[in-house]
Amino acid sequence: MTYIPSLDMSTFVDIILLAFLLLSALAVVIMRHLFSVVMVGGVYSLLSAAFFVNLDAVDVAFTEAAVGAGVSTVLMLGALMLTARREKPVTSQHSRLPLLAVLVTGAALIYATFDMPAFGDPGSPANSYVGMDYMERTPHEIDVPNVVTAVLASYRGFDTLGEVVVVFAAGLGVLVLLGMGFTGGTAPGKDEEDQA
Amino acid sequence: MTPHLVLRVVTKTLIHPIILFAFYVQFHGDFGPGGGFQAGILFAVAFILYGLIFGLDMLKKVISPRAVQVLMALGVLLYAGVGYATLWMGGAYLDYDVLVPNDTHNAGQHYGILAVELGVGITVAAVMIGLFYAFAGRNVEISDEDW
Amino acid sequence: MSAEFVLGHYNYWIVVVLMMVGLYTVMSRGNLIKKLVGLNIFQTSVFLLYISIGKVKGATAPIEAAGEGVLYSNPLPHVLILTAIVVGVATMAVGLAIIVRIREAYGTIEEDEILAIDHKLEFGEGVNA
Repeated sequence: MTYIPSLDMSTFVDIILLAFLLLSALAVVIMRHLFSVVMVGGVYSLLSAAFFVNLDAVDVAFTEAAVGAGVSTVLMLGALMLTARREKPVTSQHSRLPLLAVLVTGAALIYATFDMPAFGDPGSPANSYVGMDYMERTPHEIDVPNVVTAVLASYRGFDTLGEVVVVFAAGLGVLVLLGMGFTGGTAPGKDEEDQA
Repeated sequence: MTPHLVLRVVTKTLIHPIILFAFYVQFHGDFGPGGGFQAGILFAVAFILYGLIFGLDMLKKVISPRAVQVLMALGVLLYAGVGYATLWMGGAYLDYDVLVPNDTHNAGQHYGILAVELGVGITVAAVMIGLFYAFAGRNVEISDEDW
Repeated sequence: MSAEFVLGHYNYWIVVVLMMVGLYTVMSRGNLIKKLVGLNIFQTSVFLLYISIGKVKGATAPIEAAGEGVLYSNPLPHVLILTAIVVGVATMAVGLAIIVRIREAYGTIEEDEILAIDHKLEFGEGVNA
């Protein structure tokens, strides 16, 4: 049974969302006011969350909406307060070589997509073996309805432990770099390195 | 007269539903979309929102930077601890089935997933609040004319 | 190139273009914050690619409450990307922290100005870069 892609409502929404994603990404490149760049970056994240809902990845959409559009925008704005508001204009000389490199890489990647199975194909290699195996085994091995949670916490528990350690290490790294400003109840607003 | 009166009032009414929703997402993650990662973020967002509107000094009274640092490590330890508990009870590392032996309804798996997700949630929430402390704690007060 | 082929590969092409927009921003812009936003776009485009691959046409979200005989999308890419998003924001925060420290040390976050300062420190005044 061969799979033939067709245009239905979900695919239509998909096409529109991708067009908006492309527009906001281009806006990020063109704009020089960093506040607007960060805000459009948040819009880009929210759009990709909508895209994930349309593609049945509800857990991912949830995370992206909370992280990408929420926390990461707040962090970016916090960093902007400490750095700069505007970007220096870029000379066309500087952008010619990157443009060439990007065009060549992009052409190679698009050429590579010609061999990929069609979007939404139930019989594609990625959707045939291990992923669907989890769907079949979860009801009697783990017995929780949300298969994503079952795979995340049980089948791939080791993997998730590693990810949590990475999040922890990244948090530690930021604390080492910036300090919490006022740890240990000493004078507020005093930087750690001032005391060192 | 404190500035941003509307913002303060609206924030106060928003924080409770956000935290309640975070708990729902944390403990209902096996049945619907959600889990430790999302719940941790939501939980942190409630604190960050409070810090943004009421200032860092007020946030410090709610959750001290020291507590955040302890919680960061506690989540990872809880996750890894579940692994050691299963080892100690005679299973493989993170093999939740041994938590409730001879059970036909996979109760061990359910408890294991619940504990592990709680560890994830604690670490993610604490790290996100810590990140906010780190960036905002370095800051001068934001004035309205600054933008 | 038939209409079916375009419909079946449209997602991948847009993802590649987004990826290249991000890569271009990282390579061509000198502002470090802008570079990081570009890196973010690149990263999200990889997420979009993974989720696109896991989509099954006419299927529903992989939560087994819909009953028997329902088609589900592939849950494995969802798991991989879910954790990657949270790790992504944590590592981005490390990048931002480094940028904040660079700004404190150099007084600028433009790459060429930082290089000029470094050059001056190493070879002294008067020597052109």
